[in-house]
Parts: sequence; structure tokens; C-alpha cells
Amino acid sequence: MSDTTTAYQAPTKVGRIAEYVDQRTGLSTVTREFGRKVFPDHWSFMFGEVALYSFIILLLSGTFLTFFFNPSMAETTYDGAYIPMRGMDMSVAYQSSLHISFEVRGGLFMRQLHHWAALLFVAAMSVHMLRVFFTGAFRKPREMNWVIGGVLLIMGMAAGFTGYSLPDDLLSGNGLRIIDGVIMAIPVIGTWISMFLFGGEFPGDAIIGRLYVLHILLIPAMILGLVALHLIFVVVHKHTQYPGPGRNDRNVVGYPLGPVYAAKAGGFFFIVFGVLAAIAAAFTINPIWNYGPYDPSPVSAGTQPDWYIGWVDGALRLMPGVLGDINGYRQHFEFVLFGQTLSLNILLPALVPAGIVFTVLFIYPWVERWITKDDREHHVLDRPRNAPTRTAIGMAGFTFYCVMWAAASSDLIATHFHVSLNDVTYWLRALFFVGPIIAFVVTKRIALGLQRKDREIALHGRETGRIVRLPHGEFIEVHAPLDEYKRYRLVAFDSPGVLPAQPNGKGVVDRKERRRAKLSKWYFEDRVAPVSVAELEAAHGHGHHEAIEAAPTSAGH
Amino acid sequence: MGNPSDGAPQQGGTVATAGQAGGQFEDPGLPPHRPRLADTDPRAAKRAERQVTWLFIISVIGTIVFLVSYFAIDLGPTSTVDAIRTQNILLGLSTAFAMLGIGTGIVHWAKALMPDHEVSEARHELRSEKDREAAVKIVDDIIEETGIKRRPLIRNTLIGALALAPLPALAVFGDLGPNANDKLRHTMWAPNAQTGKKVRLTRDPDGTPIKAADVTIGSAYHVIPEGLNDLHEGKLNEKAKSVVLLMRLNPQDLHVSPGRENWGYNGIVAYSKICTHVGCPVALYEQQTHHLLCPCHQSTFDLTNECQVIFGPASRPLPQLPIEVDSEGYLVATSDFHEPVGPSYWEREYS
Repeated sequence: MSDTTTAYQAPTKVGRIAEYVDQRTGLSTVTREFGRKVFPDHWSFMFGEVALYSFIILLLSGTFLTFFFNPSMAETTYDGAYIPMRGMDMSVAYQSSLHISFEVRGGLFMRQLHHWAALLFVAAMSVHMLRVFFTGAFRKPREMNWVIGGVLLIMGMAAGFTGYSLPDDLLSGNGLRIIDGVIMAIPVIGTWISMFLFGGEFPGDAIIGRLYVLHILLIPAMILGLVALHLIFVVVHKHTQYPGPGRNDRNVVGYPLGPVYAAKAGGFFFIVFGVLAAIAAAFTINPIWNYGPYDPSPVSAGTQPDWYIGWVDGALRLMPGVLGDINGYRQHFEFVLFGQTLSLNILLPALVPAGIVFTVLFIYPWVERWITKDDREHHVLDRPRNAPTRTAIGMAGFTFYCVMWAAASSDLIATHFHVSLNDVTYWLRALFFVGPIIAFVVTKRIALGLQRKDREIALHGRETGRIVRLPHGEFIEVHAPLDEYKRYRLVAFDSPGVLPAQPNGKGVVDRKERRRAKLSKWYFEDRVAPVSVAELEAAHGHGHHEAIEAAPTSAGH
Repeated sequence: MGNPSDGAPQQGGTVATAGQAGGQFEDPGLPPHRPRLADTDPRAAKRAERQVTWLFIISVIGTIVFLVSYFAIDLGPTSTVDAIRTQNILLGLSTAFAMLGIGTGIVHWAKALMPDHEVSEARHELRSEKDREAAVKIVDDIIEETGIKRRPLIRNTLIGALALAPLPALAVFGDLGPNANDKLRHTMWAPNAQTGKKVRLTRDPDGTPIKAADVTIGSAYHVIPEGLNDLHEGKLNEKAKSVVLLMRLNPQDLHVSPGRENWGYNGIVAYSKICTHVGCPVALYEQQTHHLLCPCHQSTFDLTNECQVIFGPASRPLPQLPIEVDSEGYLVATSDFHEPVGPSYWEREYS
């Protein structure tokens, strides 16, 4: 140590401070590693950033709110600034929410900012996951980070729901009542769980305090930890990049962290904050003073949960409880078995659709890897059209989700479009089953069509709109050839074909392998191959078009 | 060859890639850099610099406006809705300008003035074979040194101890709530156990008793049991089970099943307001069709048919509250509900 003290003298004051810190922490290795780290740039990489930034805004605005909020369910009589409610009985939690809204300067703004940021947080995570799915960014080596992302989405929904319930207003109270009803439907332990959660019968006087602990301590801590892990993995793996000239699985092309990427990403935080602040200033969200305190008796028509819970609520609405009369006997979905009640009319819609969506989401990377037997690392993304079956599966899942989501607004759809509520429900019930299939077929056809269009453009160039009459009277449209960079974008992609069943180590094709081969066929049977050099040469070799393409009047670059 | 399909650090597996028979395209490399206006024209660079400066100044103005509107408008028990609204808009918009000024300023600076050359960096393998071998060796050595394989007794008792250790953690949650018992079954409508006095039906929320003569055909009342408002503890718990809808129809419109002939009075019937689906209040009464509708999930109950489910996710009819008229002409509950109200639960049938 002593012999290094004279080795280096920083010339400036900042340099001396840096040297002081560096000698004690060794941070220069971090700067060396991260200072110029390359991040690819694309607008679709922004969604994850939006999610991260809205989470930071949630932490900031949420901390402010905890200083004023009182999560007690003790009964009190209101005598605050909001005149229509003076003299009303309500819980302290609701009263303190009104106090934040009406008597704390900036309190209403913080509440609205917090709520809007929560809506954006889950939305940004969802869109980010769609982007990752459709571009194949979940493939090796990022499968585990995909799962972390899925858990984060669930935690985000949990954070949202626990926070939504805290003001103890009429709307959120009915939401809790629904949760209680669903929990009670769980066989054997449902009633116990409900009693434990609510500290006795619904609504009791414990639930708000318990949700508060979950909302401000447990769930945010878990989200924070998972976000940290998620970002560490992004650094370890380095970011994926879209295909294009100069980009491949062995490099990463983009802007260095310092200064360009840091400036863009850092500036973007302020933009997200600014946009959320403008929304919070101008658009009311969750006006609890209009709903009133929670009371088990009243309910407002057209009740809606926050958007991210909608799909689960919609599934509850879609399920028929009774299937009319068959031979004078009403077909119920509630069964009594050995004296115990089993409410399938609640259990099925509450558990099965969400179970399907999250199971498929979590296992998909391994399923695709098993079918393709692709053990390579992938750092270059797929354009969605170049993976038609995966894109179609994604759209089928998305449609499945959206049908349930729409069902959560079935009453509003009926009243806004002046149609029968029953008809809306019947249609959505049908779409619940048929919608994903239609979406799958249509998406796959569109993806294949787009691939064919890409081939066409790669082979024959782009249409110029210039019609030329040839000497013998024929009219043709002039096509301008692509430059090699643009062409490379269209022709350089991975196009897996059907992989037939392979014998295992003993030389036997087992049943599992045959099943895999069948799925491989289903995945890759319909495929449009990328253009090869030979094909391009053949396309240019066939006659007179080339002369026109090369003519000086052509609109080529 | 720069095809993304051929250059992964770890080649492996049998991957079927077809369509490359005709030869793959050479990667032309990164497209040449196209200079921006600010790179070539010093005046454009100067202009961008001014724009960025102005954006930062806008942010400063936004922050000042925020502080002014925070201190100029005070809120308190007497603040008006207008003052609250004005302050909310001022605080929100000034924050928006303060943040957007910084954000757009920095991004504009980065895009217009900072170098926009894309650079390529090599990816490295996540791990090397040497590291893997060394790690496996270390783990093997550790396991060997603990002797856990040679001493199964230690291992098995440790597993047993670890398996049991979390049980106290589960047990301490035992006081979260009482066990499921027959609480869910009973409501305030049961006649007083000592005196046998039957409970009057009163209006929600003021608690005034309802005279049978006041209930006209076609009318509907939201009802709570007499004495609910006097409860000091557990008021909402009791209310959540005992709220009732009271309606009067033409007696000949009502289809009454055997055993329920005395449950209504002159076409006046009372049903639990708590939906049998997941427990929302069934608050909408369609007077013309005699349907009750739950606004949460649209379960629809047919009042003329003892509130059987005719649409939506509920499976069971709403429980009926047997009612009669006392000596003073007020409506009273003959007995408690004959079944638990609200959503179904596992022990429902035998509790």
C-alpha cells in the first residue's frame, strides 16, 4: 500500500475525490466495465423502461402517501372539507383518504399520480412481455429472465389490487367482497382462508391493515428484488438486438452507455414522469368521494375493476351458473358431494383461464426449445413474421385474454352500444372458445403473407409506381432494386424447418420423440424460406427487366 | 458469414434449418454513418443548443410555478372544491412541465448533439469450460469434506429437522382469524332467543320500521334488521349478512312452492340482497320484468319464481326471508333465513 501513495496525483479537485473513492472501493473497474457498455436502440425496447420508471414514480408518490394515510378500520364521523359527506360514518382509512384528497396540499395530485402510475406500470410490463414473446427474446440464454418477468407481472397485479383496496371506499369494498366470495369457493380450506385473511367474517376490521402491510412492505420489496435480478441478467446477457446488417449473435450493436444511452434513458425517465404528471393533473382517477365509504348494502351500477384485474373478473362473468332446464331439471354448476359444497361456477372461471395463461407463459420457452431442439444462444431477435406459428400462438393467447377483458365490461358494452346484455354475454362466451382459434389462423396467414411480400421485395426490388410502355406495347411497372443493407434485412433470418423424429441413443424413436416430431410439423410445415443468393441471381437473370432496373431514369438510390 | 443462424457461441443440438441451399448472403456490415444536420452545419448545432437550453428553462419555470401554487393556495377543513381543483391542475401541470423540460431537453441533446455512431461490441460466453470444471471440482470437494454421503444418519436427521422447523412459522398465523364455524349461518333476523321477540324490517340506512300498509304494489325497499344501527361492534359484519330487498307484487304473479306459503304477506316478499355468486349486493330491481340484477357479474334472479337464477354466473336462488305482520302492522321476520346467505362455501351444506 505505502509504495503506491506517491504513484499518482490527480491534477484536478474532482480527480482527487475520484481517486480517494477509487482507492477505497475499486470503483474504476465498474466504470471501465459500464462506462461505454453498448446498448442496442429500438423503440420497442422502451416498454421495459416505462415499467421501471413508473415503478420508481410509484415508490416516490407512494412514500408521500404513507405519511398521511391511516390504515385503520375504526369507525369515525367525518367532519372534513368535503361538505356532502359531513356527519357520515366511515372508517378512518376512508377518512384519511379524503383528508389526503381535500386537505393535504398536493395530496390529490399524489393520489392521482400514484394510481395512474400503477395502471401504467402493469400496462408497460404487459406490453413489454408481448414484445419479448413476439420477438423470441425469451430464448436461450434468457429463459429464466422471462420467468422473472412473468412473476413481476403477477406481483404488479397483486400490488395494484392491494393498493386499490386501501381507501376502503364502496367500489374497492365490493372488489374485496368478490375476492372473499372466490376464496370461499375453494374446496376444503376456502372458508378458513377467508376467515384468516379478514380476521373473522367479512368485512371485519382487520383487512385494510393487513393489505397495507402487503402493499407498502412485502410486495414492493419483492418487486424491487426481482427488478434488481432482472436488470442484473440484462447486463450479464447483454441486450438483444433486432436483425440487420452488421448485427449477429456474437456482437451487440448500439450506442455506448455514456453519454448517449445514459442521456436517452435518463431523459426518458423525466418524460415518463412528465406525461404521468400531466395525466394526473387533467384526468380524475378513482374519485373515492363519489363512491362513498364501504357499506355492504349499496353498489353502483357499471362497476369496473382496475384494468389489469378485468380479465379475471370477466371470466367470472362469462361462466353460466345455470344451464336452463333439461327435462325439467335445472343444470347447476354448484354441486353437493357428500354434504360438501363445490362451486364450480366460481372455481372454474377464477382458476382455469388464469392458470392456462400463466402456465403457458411460464413454460413456453422450454416447449419451443423442446420442439425445435434448438440449444443455441439467440441474441438476434426474430421479426414476428419470421416465426409465424409462435406469433400466431401469441395472438391466440392475447385474444383469449382480451375476450375475458371485454367481458368485464359487458354491462357497459351493452349500455353504450344499446344491445342486450344477454347477447353480449352469449357472443363473448362463444368468442372465449372460438376467438383464439380464429386469431391463430388469421395471424399465421398474415405472417406468411408478409414473409412472401418480403421475398418479393428482396427478389424484385420495391415498386416505384412508374409505369413504362415497352416498344412492343407491353406495360410494366419499374421496380427499383434494394441496396445491400436493406436487402440483408429481408433475407438474413433463421428459418427452421420440420425436424422429423430422431432416434435416441439406443437407436429407437420413442413415443415422446414422435409427439415432438408431430408438433414440429405443426410448427414449421407452412414456411416461407428466406431468399438465397442463387434465387436472387435467377430473378435478375430473367430477361428485359434488368435493363430497365439499370436505366438511369429508374428511381433507385 | 454473418448469418445470425450460424454464429452462436454454443453450437449444439440438431437444428433443422432449411432454405439455405442456394447460398447465404454476405453480411454487408454496418451501414455507413449518415451525418446529421448538426454534424455538418455549425448553425444547426447552435440552434439545437438553444432549443435544449430553452427546454431546461421551461423546466425551471415549471418548478417555480409548482412552488408558487403550493404556497399560494392553502388547503384545510374549509377549503373549497374549486381551490382543490385549481391547485391540483397547477401542481400537476407544473410538475409535467418541470419533468418534460428536463426529459425532452436531455433526449434532444443526446439525439442532436451527442455522437450518433453506432458501435459494435463482442459478446462473451457466459461461462468457460475451465470455470465449469473448477466449480464442479469445488462443489465435489465441499461435499466430500462434509462427509454427508458417508454419514447418512446426520443427513437424514438434518432433513427431518429442517422439514419440521417451518411449522412454528405456520402456527403463529393461527391467530389471524377464528376458524370457520357456524357464524356464517346466522344473521340478526333470528327472533330474540330469550323473549322470542321477532325482528322488525327497517329501512336502510335510517332504520325506521316499515308498515305493511305502506308497501304499495311495485315498490321496493332496501331493508336492514331493527337494531343494526345501534350496534357498536361488528356493525358492517352483521349488515353484510342481513341486508334484504323487500318488494310487493300482485300475489297471483308469485309462484310459491310448498312450505313457503306463509313466507310472504299479501304479495310482499323479502329476499337476501347478497348475491349467491360472490357476494355483491343485488341492487337492481327491474319493476316491469320482476327481475333482480347483480351489477357486479350480471346474475339475474326471477322474483316471481322465488328468485331462481335465470342468467349469469350465480348457481343458487337468493335465500328468502320469511316475514309476517306484527300486532302494530309492522313487518317482522318470522325466523332467520333457512339457509346461509351469500356466496357458497365448502361447509355450507352441513354447517
